[in-house]
Parts: sequence; structure tokens; C-alpha cells
Amino acid sequence: MMQSIKQQPFRAAVLVLVWGWLLFLVLAPNMLVVGASVMTRNPSTFISLPLNLDAYRQLFNPLYLDVFLHSLYMAALTTLICLLIGYPFAWALSRVEKRRQMLLIFLLIVPFWTNSLVRTYALKLILATNGLLNSALMSLGIIDEPAQLLYTEGAVIVGLVYLLLPFMILPLYSVFEDLRQDVLLASHDLGAGRLATFKNVVVPLTLPGVLAGVMLVLLPAMGLFFVPDILGGSRNLLVGNVIKNQFLDARNWPFGAAASIVLTLTMALLMFAHRLSKRRLGEEGA
Amino acid sequence: MRWLSRSYLTLVYLLLYVPIVVLVVFSFNDSRTGYSWGGFSLRWYESLFNNHAMVQAMWNSLWLALTAATVSTIIGALTALALHRYRFRGKKVLNGMLFVVMMSPEIVLAISLLGLFLLLGLKLGYVSLLLAHVTFCLPFVVITVMARLSGFDERLPEAARDLGASDFTMTRTVLIPVIMPALMAGWLLGFTLSMDDVVVSTFVSGPSYEILPLRIYSMVRVGLKPEVNALGTLLLVFSLVMLMLSQWILSRSKQ
Repeated sequence: MMQSIKQQPFRAAVLVLVWGWLLFLVLAPNMLVVGASVMTRNPSTFISLPLNLDAYRQLFNPLYLDVFLHSLYMAALTTLICLLIGYPFAWALSRVEKRRQMLLIFLLIVPFWTNSLVRTYALKLILATNGLLNSALMSLGIIDEPAQLLYTEGAVIVGLVYLLLPFMILPLYSVFEDLRQDVLLASHDLGAGRLATFKNVVVPLTLPGVLAGVMLVLLPAMGLFFVPDILGGSRNLLVGNVIKNQFLDARNWPFGAAASIVLTLTMALLMFAHRLSKRRLGEEGA
Repeated sequence: MRWLSRSYLTLVYLLLYVPIVVLVVFSFNDSRTGYSWGGFSLRWYESLFNNHAMVQAMWNSLWLALTAATVSTIIGALTALALHRYRFRGKKVLNGMLFVVMMSPEIVLAISLLGLFLLLGLKLGYVSLLLAHVTFCLPFVVITVMARLSGFDERLPEAARDLGASDFTMTRTVLIPVIMPALMAGWLLGFTLSMDDVVVSTFVSGPSYEILPLRIYSMVRVGLKPEVNALGTLLLVFSLVMLMLSQWILSRSKQ
């Protein structure tokens, strides 16, 4: 070791810096969260001994269980809507001629680079009681009085879909790009109908993209606490809102930590499924 | 079939862009209520720049994004070079940690860092924000630089070494010029990510250093604020310029 430091001081410096940063700001904090989740709440030092599983037990308290299940339901619905919109969209996009595709992809990335808070707020302009959508519907004579659109479950889901749709489309687009036309022709020549080709060829080949998209949408859809804050009112909370409240307001670290570990485990499970689906296609790991 | 897929694409793009267009149009709206058109005006831009707390938050955000992007580009580039060039123990672990940072929900990163800072007794403010922002920008820089390095002729650094260059000199004179476009693109991405972050900043910022996204957050939670339309439009134009710059740098370097 000493030898290598003398021989290659630059290499040693780089490795120390990189390892130092990641151990200190990634590994240590994550270990801390795992540790905090099995400790006891303490008002002055945040956490203290003895070790116990109270925080995890508290997750099954009907009050929180309801919030979790409702959040999971909204996240699942968001993911499903993104998939239903995104799948045909990605397919259509991959069939556009190459030169225009670049521009269309660019238009998809723009939202990733723009402030998501501002875009959520823009939805408020449209959904508010005397906002644009209500005015439009009323002037068309479809409704007589303004409908309550804002501060509903629907508004939260619209917000989440709006923010997360590009994250579903991009991985789907990349699998459709790899889907070769001759595979579809071969399936056709072998006598498969459109439906059979879709079910037996297209779906299995695009499955890794679907799972990647689900991963990129489902988890943020449980964590983006500012969306219900702006669009949803107090009854449509996400897991993210619970974690935030427990950490910043109630100062209950063990509980907040346990909730975030559940979120992380969900992510690990999805990543495992993604890896498995790719392996089954005979490609190298994720 | 063709017109069907065309119109479907158009429809989805419309839905994605309508709110943004509405925001931009309403930022020039003279009406106070913010829902109906009351004529063209720049009054919200004016009131934005007369708001001292807002301007201060803007400068704070710019400085934070500037420093966070720079530090994460330096560390990210070194990480990518180390992963690409060196063989060392725990390389897979290092890769895994970067992957975890990129994939794990932002809120998990946020609470883990808050826990660390509070236990260490670090005062929440500029320093805690900087450490957090560099950490979540890092994987994006590493990926951008790695992509550039993967298509690179390995014989060039070998030749430099054979000609007697030290590792540092070789990196400076051969590798850095090669990865320059990726460094610039990574820096721009880091800058934008830092300017836009709400989730992590909510946890690790303190009253001593107010930044723009958090100021917007506290404004839009209750009701509608026409100033936000103006501010949002400015941020939008800003991000668009950054994105186009980065695309231009990357596409020019490919030729």
C-alpha cells in the first residue's frame, strides 16, 4: 500500500477522495437510517437505546396503514395510467422517422430539466374552481357550475402523471427502438395474428422497459410530497408526506426511518424483478 | 394507422405542454385574480425584482447551484476516471453505491443526510445544502463522463505513459481534453438539478440560507401567486437555455 502511494500519488488521492465522499455521505447516512429505525424515540437526542421494533409495529397502526395503502393505491394508479399512455406513445415515437425523432425526444427531456414545483403550480391554474378547465367546460355548456377539481384525489393523480410520464416513456422508447421490424414480420410469416404477435413477441421483448418505467414512476409517486401539498389538500397524503411530517414536525425518527426503509425495500424488489426479466431475455444484468 | 399514431403523439405532447404555455401566458396577465385575462403587463416581473427576499433567494440558489455543479463535476470526473482506468478492491461496491444514490427515492436520501448532519451537529445552511446537492448530482456526472470514456482509444494514455508522463500529467494532457464535452454537459445538468431540487433541500436547509425552490414552495402552498407565474417563466427559459447548450456541446463533440 505504502509502495503504491509513493509510486502513484495521484491515483491514491483520487481513490481516497472518491471513497471518502461516498462512505461519508452515502453509506454512513444509510446505515444511520437503518439504525434509527430499530431505536427508541428521544426528544433531545432524537434517538436512543434500547433497540426495538416499535417503529415497524407502528406502521401497522390502522391510522398509518390507511395512509400507506391509500398512497400505494394512488401510486399504483398513477403508474398504470402512465403505462397505458406511455406504451402506445413510445411505440408510435419509435416509428417516427429518425430526424424528427431527435426533436420529439428533446421535447420529452425538457420537463426533466424544468422546475417540477413550477409545473405542479401551473396545473393549479388549470384545475382551480374558477380556473381554465372549469371556465372552458362551463362556456361549452357541459357543466352548469364549477366542479371541485382541486384538492381531490384526482388532482393528485393528474399531478403525479403529469410529472412522471416522461420517466415511463423514455425506458419504453429505448426497448421499442431495439425491437426489430423483422422479428414482427417473422412472427407474421409463421402465421401469428396481430394479437398473438403482440402477446407472444412484443410484450415479452418490451417487458424490461415496462419494469424500468414502473420503477422510475412508482417510487417517486409515493415520495413527491409537494404534489399533494399543492394539489391534494389534507386527505390525499403520500408516504412522502408521512416521512416528512415524522422527521421535520413530530421529530419521530425511528418511525420516519422505518417508513423510508419500507420504501427502499419496495425499490429493491422492483429492481430484482427488472434484473430477472432482463436475464430471461438472455441479456447481461441491469 | 399512420394518422392515428400521429394524432396520438400530438395529443400527448399538447397535454404535456398546455400547463407550461398557460403559465407563461399568465405571467404577462395584468389581472390580480390570476384566472381571467386582464391585458398585457409586466407588473409581476416588476414586483418580483422589487421583492428583496426573493432576489436574495435567487442569488443564494445561483451560488449554491454554481458551487454544487462545480464540486460534483470535479469529484464525478475523478470517480469516472478511477472506475475506468484503475483496478482496485471494492470497485463493484463503489459502482453499487452510485447506482443506489441515483435510483433510491429522493426522500430517502434526504432523511439519511438530515440524520447525519444533525448527529454531527452541523448547522443546517449553505454547507449542508452543498454536501447534499453534490451527492445527488454525482451519479449523473459519473454516467455522462463514463459514456464518453467508453468509446475512447486506450492506446493514447498508454502512449503518454510510455513517453514518460506521470499519471497526473497524462490525465491532464490526454484524458481531460477528451472528456471535456462530457464535463460541460455534466456540469450543466448538475446546475439544473440543483436549481430545481425541492425534496432534498426541504430537509437539509436552515433559516440562515433561503433558496429559491423553497421560497416558491412556501408561496404556492396557499392559493395562487401571480409572481410565481413570472418566476416560473424565468426559470423555464433558464433551464431551456441550459438544456440546449448541453445538447449542442454533446452533439458537436460527436462530429
